[in-house]
Amino acid sequence: MDLSVLTLSRFQFALTIMFHYLFPPLSIGLGGILVIMEAIYLKTGRLEYEAMTKFWARIFGVNFAMGVATGVTMEFQFGTNWATYSRYVGDVFGSALAAEGIFAFFLESGFLAVLIFGWDRVSPRMHFFATCMVALGAFFSSIWIVVANSWQQTPAGFHIVGQGLRARAEITDFWAMVFNPSSMQRLAHTVIGAYILAAFFVMSITAYYILKGRHLDFAKKSFSIGLIVATVASLAEPISGDLQGKKVAQTQPAKLAAMEAVFHTGPGPTPLYLFGQPDPQEQEVRHGIAIPGLLSVLAYGDLHKPVTGLDQIPRRDWPPVSATFQAFHIMVWLGGLFVFLTLVGMCFLWKGTIFEKRWLLWVFVLAVPLPYIANQFGWMTAEVGRQPWVVYGLLRTSDALSKAVVANQVLGSIIMFAVIYALLFVVWVFVLDSKIRHGPDEIVTGPTPMALGGLLGIAGLRAGTGGPSLTGTDNAEETE
Amino acid sequence: MDLNIFWFILLGVLLAGYAILDGFDLGVGIVHLAVKSDQERRILMNSIGPLWDGNEVWLVTFGGALFAAFPNAYATAFSGFYTAFMVLLFALIFRAVSMEFRSKHDSPSWRSFWDVSFSLASGVATLLFGVAVGNAMRGMPIGADMEYQGTFLDLLHPYAVLVGVFAVATFAMHGSIYLYLKTEGDLQQRIHGWMWRTFGFFLVLYILTTIYTLVDLPLATRNFHDHPWVWIVVVLNVLAVANIPRAIFLGRPGYAFLSSCATIAALTFLFGVALFPDLVHSSLNPDWSLTVYNASSSHKTLAIMATIAALGMPFVLAYTSVVYWVFRGKVQLGTLSY
Repeated sequence: MDLSVLTLSRFQFALTIMFHYLFPPLSIGLGGILVIMEAIYLKTGRLEYEAMTKFWARIFGVNFAMGVATGVTMEFQFGTNWATYSRYVGDVFGSALAAEGIFAFFLESGFLAVLIFGWDRVSPRMHFFATCMVALGAFFSSIWIVVANSWQQTPAGFHIVGQGLRARAEITDFWAMVFNPSSMQRLAHTVIGAYILAAFFVMSITAYYILKGRHLDFAKKSFSIGLIVATVASLAEPISGDLQGKKVAQTQPAKLAAMEAVFHTGPGPTPLYLFGQPDPQEQEVRHGIAIPGLLSVLAYGDLHKPVTGLDQIPRRDWPPVSATFQAFHIMVWLGGLFVFLTLVGMCFLWKGTIFEKRWLLWVFVLAVPLPYIANQFGWMTAEVGRQPWVVYGLLRTSDALSKAVVANQVLGSIIMFAVIYALLFVVWVFVLDSKIRHGPDEIVTGPTPMALGGLLGIAGLRAGTGGPSLTGTDNAEETE
Repeated sequence: MDLNIFWFILLGVLLAGYAILDGFDLGVGIVHLAVKSDQERRILMNSIGPLWDGNEVWLVTFGGALFAAFPNAYATAFSGFYTAFMVLLFALIFRAVSMEFRSKHDSPSWRSFWDVSFSLASGVATLLFGVAVGNAMRGMPIGADMEYQGTFLDLLHPYAVLVGVFAVATFAMHGSIYLYLKTEGDLQQRIHGWMWRTFGFFLVLYILTTIYTLVDLPLATRNFHDHPWVWIVVVLNVLAVANIPRAIFLGRPGYAFLSSCATIAALTFLFGVALFPDLVHSSLNPDWSLTVYNASSSHKTLAIMATIAALGMPFVLAYTSVVYWVFRGKVQLGTLSY
C-alpha cells in the first residue's frame, strides 16, 4: 500500500471522525429524550420519572465526556493534518466554528454540570431548564457543524481570492453560507438519524431489563417513550432522505451517480438498484436487481429524464464508486428496517401486549448496533461520495494537506490514536455495562420517609468495601 | 482600533480565561498524587468535577477563534507543532476520561491507574502549553511560504522547556490555592503547606524566566519603547505576585486566589505584548512572520465574528457565573460525585 502523507492523513481522519461520531448522535437524541422525561416528571411529580431522568442523565454524562474528548481531536486535526485546507476554508468555515464554540459548547458544558451534579443544588424547575439548555446546546452544535460540512458539499456565499497555492475562499454573504443549498436538508437528516439512534439505545437497554424482570416499571415507561420517538423519527427519515437525494441530484451529480452506480446516462429512464456489486472497470453493476425508472422518478420526479451518469464526469473526478454505493445502500436498507421494526412495535404497544412478546423485545435488545451503523454509513456516503474533492469542485483532498508534516509523524499519531481509542472503547463499554447493571435508583415509598441520599448512604455503609467515605454510585450498585 | 487588533485582543482574553480557569483544574491534577487516600483523592477530583469541562471549552473556543480569525496562523502553528500537539491531545483525552472513569469501578488498581494517568496527563498538558508559549516567544523557523521548516526537536529549546516548567509551577500553585478554598479540616491544613511550597517553586521559575527573557529575547520587549504604558502591567504583575504570599500569610486565601488569577492574566497580557503585531515570529526572516494582517481572515469575516462574539459572550459569562455559583462552597462527596 502507498503510505503517503495523503493516504495516512485520510485514514487518520476517517478513524478519528468515525470514532468521534459514535458519541454525538446519542448526545443529540438522548438530550431531547431527557427533556421529555423530565417534563413528564415536572408535570406529574411522580418520582419514577425523576429516577428515569437521573439514570439516563448518567449515561448521557459518560457519553458526552467521550464526545468532548474525541471531539477536541477533530478541531486540532484540521490544523495539524490539513493545513492547506484550513488556510483555504478558514474565512468561511471559521465563522461557523466560532459560532459553534460560543453558542453551543459553552451552553452544553456549563449546564451539563447542573444536569449531572446539580440535582440537590438547584430547584426542579432550574434543573429542567439546565436539561433543556444541554439538549439545545447539543442541537446547536449539530447545526453549525452540519452547516460547515454542507458548505464543503455545496459551497455558497463566497468568492475566491488569490491564485494557485495562495487561493482561498472568502465569505461574501454569511446567510447564503449558512443556508447553502444542502445545509437544511442535511441537518434534518442528521438530527433525525440521531434521534433514531438514541431511541433504539433506550429501547435496547430497557427491553433487556424487561426480559430479565428488573426495574419493570421504569423499563416499560422508558421503552414506550423510546418506541414512540423511534417510530416518529424512523417515519420522518425516509422523507428527509428523499428531499436530500433530490438536492444531491441537483448539486452533486457525481455523488448521486456513485451512490447508485449510474455508469451510463440514459437513454431512457434510470433504474434504481436494490442491491448489487458495482464494477468501475467494466462500468456495470453485477449481481444486481433493479427497479426500472425508479431513480429518475426519485431524483427528478420525472419518469422519462435519465439521471446524469459517470460517463458525463471526467474519470479523475469520480468518487470511489463501490464504497459510496454500498454505504448508501446499507444505510437505506437499515432505514427501511427501522420503519418496519418500529411499526411492528407500535402495533403491539397499541394492543398493550408488547411486553409479553419476548421475541420482539430480544430483537430490540440486539438491534442497537444497527442505527450506529446506519449513521456511520450515511456519513460515509456523504464524505466518500464528495471525493476527490474536500470542497466540492474547488479544492482537491490531495491538495489540502499540511506541507510541514511527514508520513512518519502521521503514522506515529495513527498508532497512538488506535491504541488510545481501543482502550477508550473498552473502558466505555465497561462503564456503560456497569451503569446498566446498576440500573435506576430504587424509589422509596411506604411508611418510612427516607431521602434517596439517605438510602444510598446506608447502602454505602453496608457495602463497606472502602468505608463510609465511598458513598459513591458504585456502592449503591450492590443494593440490587 | 481595527478589527485585526480587536481579534488579537479577544484571542488574548480567551487565552487568559482559559489559563485562569483550566489553570486551576490542571493544577489540581498536577498535585493530585500528593494525597494518598481514596477519599482525599476523590475530594480533589470532585473539587473540579463539575467545572473542568466548561473550563476546557475556553481552549476549544480559543482554537476555533484562532482558526476563524487567523487561519494562516492556526494552520502554520498546528501543522508545525504536529507531534507536540498530538501528545497534548492525548494528554487532554486521558485527563478527561481519567476523571470520568476513575470512581466508576471500585478496585484499588483501577483507581490508582486513573489517578496516575490523571496527574501525568495534567502535568504533560501544562508543560506542552508552556513549551508552545516559549516557542511562540522565541519565534519559529517559518519560511516565505508560511510553512514551518523545523523538526519536533527544535521545539525543545531550553527556553521553551523553561517556560514549560514555569507553566507547571504556576498552575500547581494556582491549583493548590484553589484546593485550599474548596477543602476543610485536616486536608486543608496540609494544603496550606502546599501553597507555600508551590509558591516558592513558582517564584524561582518566575525570576529565571524573566531574566532569560530579558537577556536572550530582545523581541519580547520591543513594544515597550513605543508603548511605555505597558510598564503599568509589569508593575501590576509584580504586585500580584507579591500579594500571593501576603494573602496566604494573613489567612485570606480568597485574595491569594484572586492575585494568582491576576498574575496569570498579566503574564498572558505580556505574552501578547511580546508577540504583537505578530502571531508567529519567523526566526528565519522577520518579513516572513505571520502578523495580525497577513494571517487574518477577511474584514467581513472578522466583522461577522465580532457580531457573533458580541451576541454570545454575555450569555457565556452569565452561565459561567451561574454554574460557579451553583457549585460554590466546599466539596461535598455525594451520590452524584465522580
